[in-house]
Amino acid sequence: MRASLFITCYNDTLYPETGRAVVKLLERLGVELDFHPKQTCCGQMHANTGFRAEAYSQAKRFVRIYQDTETIVIPSSSCVAMIRDQYPGLFEELGNEELRKQFAALLPRVYELSEFLIDRLKVEDVGAYFPHRVTYHASCHGLRALHLGDRPWRLMDKVRGLEQVPLANLDRCCGFGGTFSVKNGEVSSAMLAVKLQDIVATGAEFCTALDNSCLMHLGGAMHRQYAGMKTIHLAEILASTEGHPAEALA
Amino acid sequence: MSEGVYHPVLDPALAPPFPKAVLPVLRNPQLRKNVAHAIDVIQAKRGRLVAEKTDWQELRSAGAAIRTHALENLGTYLEQFEERCTAAGGTVHWAGDAAEARQIILNLLREEKASEVIKIKTMTSAEIQLNPFLEAAGVRTYETDLAEIILQLGEDEPSHIVVPALHVNRAQVREIFARRMGLKDLSDDPHALTAAARNYLRRKFLDIPTAISGANFLVAETGAVAVVESEGNGRMCLTLPRTMITLAGIEKVLPRFQDLEVMLQVLARSATGERMNPYTSIWTGVTPGDGPQRFHVVLLDNGRTSILAKTTERQTLRCIRCAACMNGCPVYRQTGGHAYGSVYPGPIGAILTPQLMQMHHAQTLPFASSLCGACYEVCPVKINIPEVLLELRSQVVDQERREAVRFFDPMYLGLRIANVIFAKAWLFHAAQFFGRIGLGLFTRKDGWIHSLPSVGAKWTQTRDLRGLPQQTFHGWWATRAAKPSGEAR
Repeated sequence: MRASLFITCYNDTLYPETGRAVVKLLERLGVELDFHPKQTCCGQMHANTGFRAEAYSQAKRFVRIYQDTETIVIPSSSCVAMIRDQYPGLFEELGNEELRKQFAALLPRVYELSEFLIDRLKVEDVGAYFPHRVTYHASCHGLRALHLGDRPWRLMDKVRGLEQVPLANLDRCCGFGGTFSVKNGEVSSAMLAVKLQDIVATGAEFCTALDNSCLMHLGGAMHRQYAGMKTIHLAEILASTEGHPAEALA
Repeated sequence: MSEGVYHPVLDPALAPPFPKAVLPVLRNPQLRKNVAHAIDVIQAKRGRLVAEKTDWQELRSAGAAIRTHALENLGTYLEQFEERCTAAGGTVHWAGDAAEARQIILNLLREEKASEVIKIKTMTSAEIQLNPFLEAAGVRTYETDLAEIILQLGEDEPSHIVVPALHVNRAQVREIFARRMGLKDLSDDPHALTAAARNYLRRKFLDIPTAISGANFLVAETGAVAVVESEGNGRMCLTLPRTMITLAGIEKVLPRFQDLEVMLQVLARSATGERMNPYTSIWTGVTPGDGPQRFHVVLLDNGRTSILAKTTERQTLRCIRCAACMNGCPVYRQTGGHAYGSVYPGPIGAILTPQLMQMHHAQTLPFASSLCGACYEVCPVKINIPEVLLELRSQVVDQERREAVRFFDPMYLGLRIANVIFAKAWLFHAAQFFGRIGLGLFTRKDGWIHSLPSVGAKWTQTRDLRGLPQQTFHGWWATRAAKPSGEAR
């Protein structure tokens, strides 16, 4: 199977280890991965901050770059939600019928990472080994926009050595919200404080998620507060093996 | 609030911007505790009662369909309501804006020679700031809903549309009642507090012959008005007084009486976590010998027609004021309602208030959300609040980006530059390179950034940021591709 990796702008810049883990994981599962060198950003930041004209150009660009691609894998639930939920409205408003059609044909081939593993590759046991206590944060976009459901847990269930610790108030936002975290920095921090209490209370070593934006928020607070926990993208757990443990363990 | 450090301003034209308005709240542990506790209790009840409905999603769809149909044919149904209500002995008045509605109500009260009026809880009257207007015109207003009494006597403002005194706890209620009712020995036992309120109210019910209500629903088919409540004060206002004046937003109309079947089910479960609210009053015009003999309905537009004209925003008017969105909102849970600077707080307020203000005020409210989507998930009439928030955000940005002062605003500048950068991969890669050098100046030996200037300080006030890694992903991919075989297997 061939697939093209849309790494997303902030994973490319801030979390390259997540991208490396996706490559390691998917190639181990026999996927022939491809990386389009022209990719940049899906436009989520602009769209969610009200810069719609700018979001248009990013959305158009995404469709142009990927229109002939067989399958696109994205290790970020909020970017997939941007593409799935917001692109249709943007293109409709733009009134560009050709673009709308191209996008409609492309959309079924866009997968979030856990969707790609479970729905497309039909695999739950990815042969991972991660002997640590882990709690899963269900990012809002994964939970409510993509309806990822039990996919992340089905994947984690099969990771050897991994001990799952359930997180209380799983459906509550961590307070990141993109530019919300600075435009309303104080409210965002208040939400973060409440979320972090629940996460720390699990006693887990790692908090994982399918979106590095939430993890950047949570991890930033953990580091500030010497919380004794780390964040790690689920891709890195799934890529981890006895021979090649996750980079976060180095 | 007696010991409050601030007095909330619920006039969107005067209220401070949301990020500023939240500051005293976030520093008030008692208030935050009260809000979170009350919210958690309501949420748990709602969760249980929604879960027992196996057809909840179908009920939501039905609720959305009924409200959408009513709004798409609003003119027809309003005229039908007017005709049927008039035929049943009521009088219908049309108010274009808040000032007109206030004047109509004052004129009606003057015809009644009323110097006092009792009120059933109505957020619409708070929207048009009716009480201060009537008081200034010499008409004393007496709220009869328990929470509204607490606020009126405590000289406080509502912070929630269903539970207006949600931010006040039992001890604070005791203090307000003891002080304002002259009951020195009052305990904070709930029975004692309700008994005190009952004594206070009983005389008002018996003495004051004029009442004002809102409406949960208007029924076009029969000309009926429906009010749902928990305490029975509404029922008292609908039986004892001689005259009833109902103030209702024009969007409140339902086509058929039968539609109440769906709406009352979703409203009670969403609002208070009950299968059925304790008191449901439905009255049609005037019935000789039973209830008020003079009945007026004031239909209020106040910006609603202009919302109706807009495709994405129109769904805002489906709202049945159940407050499930604010109870589910992680922002509201931290801030409570006052920071929204409007009688309509929470997610619905964040979209409704700026629209009622024709986007001239409350422009910070559409940004008062992390877009987590919890509001949409619980909305019984499926208002896609995040979608409307985004629409309004883009309108605010379109307004603001024309202002010269915004040109060098770090957020605007940053997003404009980012747009240029994202258009070309080489520019993006160059920006990453220079970004790493720039942020490197702030990165400590531990590899983390602890403090940033300007907009970045809003991040680093409570969180660290990991310094940018030496190699980007695309950089790694390029070096890896250059090697004979992939090394990361």
